[in-house]
Amino acid sequence: MAAPVDADFRTRLQVWLPKLVLSPSLAMALVFVYGFILFTVYLSFTDSRILPSFGWVGFENYSKLFRLRHWEIAVTNMGVFAILYMLICTAIGLALAIFFDQKIRGEGILRPIYLYPMALSFIVTGTAWKWMLDPGIGLENTMHALGWESFAFDWIKNRNFAIYTVVLAAVWQTSGFVMAMFLAGLRGIDNEILKAAQIDGASNWNLYRRIIIPQLRPAFLSAFVILAHLAIKTYDLVIALTGGGPGRATELPATFMYSYTFTRNQMGIGAASATIMLMTIAAIMIPYLYSELRERK
Amino acid sequence: MAAMQQESAIRTSRAARVLIYLLLLLFAFFYLLPLFVMGVNSVKPLSEITGGNMMALPEIWTLEPWRKAWSEAQVGVQATGLKPYFWNSIKMVVPAVFISTILGALNGYVLTKWRFRGDTILFGLMLFACFIPFQIVLIPMARMLGIFGLAGTTWGLVLVHVVYGIGFTTLYFRNYYAAFPTELVRAAQIDGAGFFQIFWRIMLPSSGPIIVVSVIWQFTNIWNDFLFGASFADFSSQPMTVALNNLVQSSTGVKEYNVHFAGAILAALPTLLVYVVAGRFFVRGLMAGSVKG
Repeated sequence: MAAPVDADFRTRLQVWLPKLVLSPSLAMALVFVYGFILFTVYLSFTDSRILPSFGWVGFENYSKLFRLRHWEIAVTNMGVFAILYMLICTAIGLALAIFFDQKIRGEGILRPIYLYPMALSFIVTGTAWKWMLDPGIGLENTMHALGWESFAFDWIKNRNFAIYTVVLAAVWQTSGFVMAMFLAGLRGIDNEILKAAQIDGASNWNLYRRIIIPQLRPAFLSAFVILAHLAIKTYDLVIALTGGGPGRATELPATFMYSYTFTRNQMGIGAASATIMLMTIAAIMIPYLYSELRERK
Repeated sequence: MAAMQQESAIRTSRAARVLIYLLLLLFAFFYLLPLFVMGVNSVKPLSEITGGNMMALPEIWTLEPWRKAWSEAQVGVQATGLKPYFWNSIKMVVPAVFISTILGALNGYVLTKWRFRGDTILFGLMLFACFIPFQIVLIPMARMLGIFGLAGTTWGLVLVHVVYGIGFTTLYFRNYYAAFPTELVRAAQIDGAGFFQIFWRIMLPSSGPIIVVSVIWQFTNIWNDFLFGASFADFSSQPMTVALNNLVQSSTGVKEYNVHFAGAILAALPTLLVYVVAGRFFVRGLMAGSVKG
């Protein structure tokens, strides 16, 4: 006798169930991502020091932040690091992908060798390169032991060059991954067009310059977005490789934020720096995600 | 993956090919060098590292650095070796990977087979969460974990990794299920199958490749995480990456490089193993998902 009510309830439940199942994940995103972002942005306008406090100070933290030499160094280092890292990774990735596209024997052996660094933690990568570049036991010491007494390579201890060692280790870790992205793009190009152009007498150089590379636009875009976002988030690698030093020579916004918030008890300024990092990433990611999700419809 | 096998129509001269092979081998050397250095120096006595050459094979082979790194080395304050931290990582990774994969599968299923107004926007909101710099959530997360009594616990870290991992797992399952015939789902519905029945009986049994992708991705990311571990864990929950960093950076006593290298390999071993065993399936599963993406 309760059957019709029961059936009705079950149909209604089936209608609501999908949304019900999605809701925990959505609630987590709303609280832990968007709620937390609002909280941190709010903190960046307060006088928080060792603990969050809610005295409103307007843009004071931001004006302090931009007057700090420490922040200026972190931002300059980020600029140098991000530009070199992205350019070199893209260049190596594209070159290796083009090489692999020439019917290479042993591709099955070489490809995993190029890709495995991606599976490692930045802490492992940092540790390995830290000691390899250390003048006392690493490359320099090895060259001396082999008889090249005048060889000097102390970039990791040198204020003017240490940031390039971070670039080196980061490129080592991700360039193989960029190669895989370009390779997937190359293998998707229609061979018929290439054959037609070859019959017309186009050289390999022109084939790549005029036909193939322009068609890799989507791969370039994904590589750019992924590398930019990795660059801005770089934290562990610097911690393991140089600890931000020597001095402040390899300080980046991520390490700046951590030390101001948790060790220097300047939470307001730390929150302001985190907000700027978020806005930089959002400026790159939001247009990209927007266009990706629109295309898929 | 079919696209990966297609051969290029480009032809190259013999000289160019020799040059290409040389460059490819040079890069292979570059990528293998750190692994070689870590491996070789982790089985040498310390004196051979400080006094000798980093590229040379050991004169005396020893497993002592490995034993020391695993069970004896000074990590932080205590001389416990990396062993307890290795287990901390395992205890954190396994539940976090499991929960985030299940949630991702359910979300992907809803977002492709039970679509409703505004679902793309909701997905976009979840996806953006993958790319935020985590510095923006560190302060409130530390407070929240404290309030719920999860600060310094493994379950606190599991929560954090699930929260910031479901964006990616949802993305993978959504793309994969988008290529799955919706007619099958509708037919099952007409036959009276409910929401969960369709999920268990129809969707999950054909999700093998994408489950592999999600598990590898999450395992690698969570195992390799440093920032959350360093911010929210204490001795009872610190993961391997944090312990390795403490071991290497510790300023007391003699720097035992061979122990550091053995420790670094220990920290890298689980993800390397996953990569070697299942790396092929990762690329294949990813391609299977993006066919119709």
